[in-house]
Amino acid sequence: MAVMTVPSDFVEEMMEDGVMALRFSGDLSIATVDDLPERLSSYEGDAQKIDLSGVGYVDTVGAWLIYRTARDIRVEIVGAEPAVDQLIRTVGGVDPPTDVRPDPPNPILRILNDVGESTTLAIKTFAGLVGFFGAVVAAALSLMRHPGRIRWNAVIQRFDVVGVRALGIVGLMSFLIGLVIAQQGAVQLRQFGAEVFTVNLVGRLTLRELGVLMTAIMVAGRSGSAFAAQLGTMKLTEEIDAMRTIGVSPIEALVLPRVLATVIMLPLLGFYASIVAIIGGGVLSWVALDIPPATFFTRIREVVPITDVYVGLVKAPVFGAIIAVSGCYQGMQVKGNAEQVGFRTTAAVVQAIFMVIVLDAFFAVFFTWIGWS
Amino acid sequence: MAEEQPIICVRGLHNQFGDQVIHHELDLDVRRGEILGVVGGSGTGKSVLMRSIIGLQTPQHGDIEVFGDHLLGRPEAETVDIRKRWGVLFQGGALFSTLTVAENVMVPIREFYPKMDRDFRREVAKYKVGLSGLPPEAGPKYPAELSGGMKKRAGVARALALDPELLFLDEPTAGLDPIGAAAFDNLIKELQKTLGLTVFLITHDLDTLHAICDRVAVLADQQVIAVGTIPELLALDHPWIQEYFNGPRGRMAAPKETGGG
Repeated sequence: MAVMTVPSDFVEEMMEDGVMALRFSGDLSIATVDDLPERLSSYEGDAQKIDLSGVGYVDTVGAWLIYRTARDIRVEIVGAEPAVDQLIRTVGGVDPPTDVRPDPPNPILRILNDVGESTTLAIKTFAGLVGFFGAVVAAALSLMRHPGRIRWNAVIQRFDVVGVRALGIVGLMSFLIGLVIAQQGAVQLRQFGAEVFTVNLVGRLTLRELGVLMTAIMVAGRSGSAFAAQLGTMKLTEEIDAMRTIGVSPIEALVLPRVLATVIMLPLLGFYASIVAIIGGGVLSWVALDIPPATFFTRIREVVPITDVYVGLVKAPVFGAIIAVSGCYQGMQVKGNAEQVGFRTTAAVVQAIFMVIVLDAFFAVFFTWIGWS
Repeated sequence: MAEEQPIICVRGLHNQFGDQVIHHELDLDVRRGEILGVVGGSGTGKSVLMRSIIGLQTPQHGDIEVFGDHLLGRPEAETVDIRKRWGVLFQGGALFSTLTVAENVMVPIREFYPKMDRDFRREVAKYKVGLSGLPPEAGPKYPAELSGGMKKRAGVARALALDPELLFLDEPTAGLDPIGAAAFDNLIKELQKTLGLTVFLITHDLDTLHAICDRVAVLADQQVIAVGTIPELLALDHPWIQEYFNGPRGRMAAPKETGGG
């Protein structure tokens, strides 16, 4: 067995024929070279030869070191065993070697390039998203004409994953949000002796805005990301290509069930979230403001107009569509390697949340304009 | 050091997933300096055997010695010195997709020899890329930009990063075209000769077996049922071995058969 523990070293030595030589000793291997490469790089003597007659085990790292030294200070190698000589020639045979990284481009060009690339990417993404949305709508319309082709199993399975399984986390989040709104509202309103308006605050804010918005964000993180990752992985394993070749439309089989499920589930989840948030607010009002639950809910019914419920219920399906479409779109854009899946998943969530919040602002203006304030 | 001591010595290996017994009382020796081909039908546990030896899979019981050192039941920290003396090529190459080919080769070096001078490490990675038969322009490329055959070569470059004595190859020629596969066989043989490697090679490729393997181990019935040169195996009358080497594909691959080919 080769034991590679004799440290390597070299000395400058006069040989019998009166020539200065670098005489190596010990094993020359990856485990023993230590600081030899640096010492040899900075060697500035006038040796004419490299003498390897004293070395033991040599591996390719040692061979490369010898080859490189001989090349750099232009000396010949003597005293090498045939096997070692062969190894040095093999290793030297692949010189000039390759680069480690692609050449870095000119920094100014790179900045310009980056700016241009991001701009075209943003435009392309937007155009792609619109196109994808169109394809989904077209597929949905065609399915409406042939309802037999709808994959109810897939849709119902998505109902479970997107809706039912989110009940716990959405409920907990909403309950805490209701609690916090009531608590913060009470602290602020107490200064005006208007604590009783906490009820208005909780009721209207959760039904109009927070219930649906927070649910949308939660669903984007939970399901939008899952859609992107699932479809992205299927894209990588060529499952989606296989589907196409056997005549199954991936939009029909994969995207529509997800979009449909999210569009239907988000209003339900959003409404549920609002109710749980109101319960949270009620609990705090009972404990901290001494408003009994019966009074709290009577007040809620008095101060919250039914249009607040409509506002929430109108927004929710739109948010659902945005989340599902951007998740599926990003998933379908995956190509190349596994890193892309992560990148696209992040993009799906960020994109969905951003668009949901922008649209929410538009909705706020719109509903005020039509008098549902 | 006794010359006849095997480089890998597996004794009484037992692997089981749930109720499914993969290996039972499996014994195997790999001799220093040989290319050992490991064959067997799908699901006979060729990859599991390799994973057990390199420590990715803990068997239920058994004993595994590599370089004369016991591996099982020892903490990872103790086996570092053994693990850096072997290299592994996984089936798909398993290159790190966020690093270039040359950087992939540098990873094990940096991990096991952190003190090595940075420039020298780069040089080592560069000539390793060349040694594995890749063209110079492949070094700065990312794995996604490489063809299947180049990925395998890049995988070999990484497996050779630490100048191992022992090389594990999991189906290296699977998915390569015949020309690429033959070139890859040559590369393995060449490297084995120049670097004095011992190669543990899992394969389905009969051409590879005939071309480069010194001995072949046959996995069946949860054990290594036979180890030997191909003529030795042909002399046995185990039905699977006969069918494997004398089936239509086996006869085609055999070098001295007349009319085949």
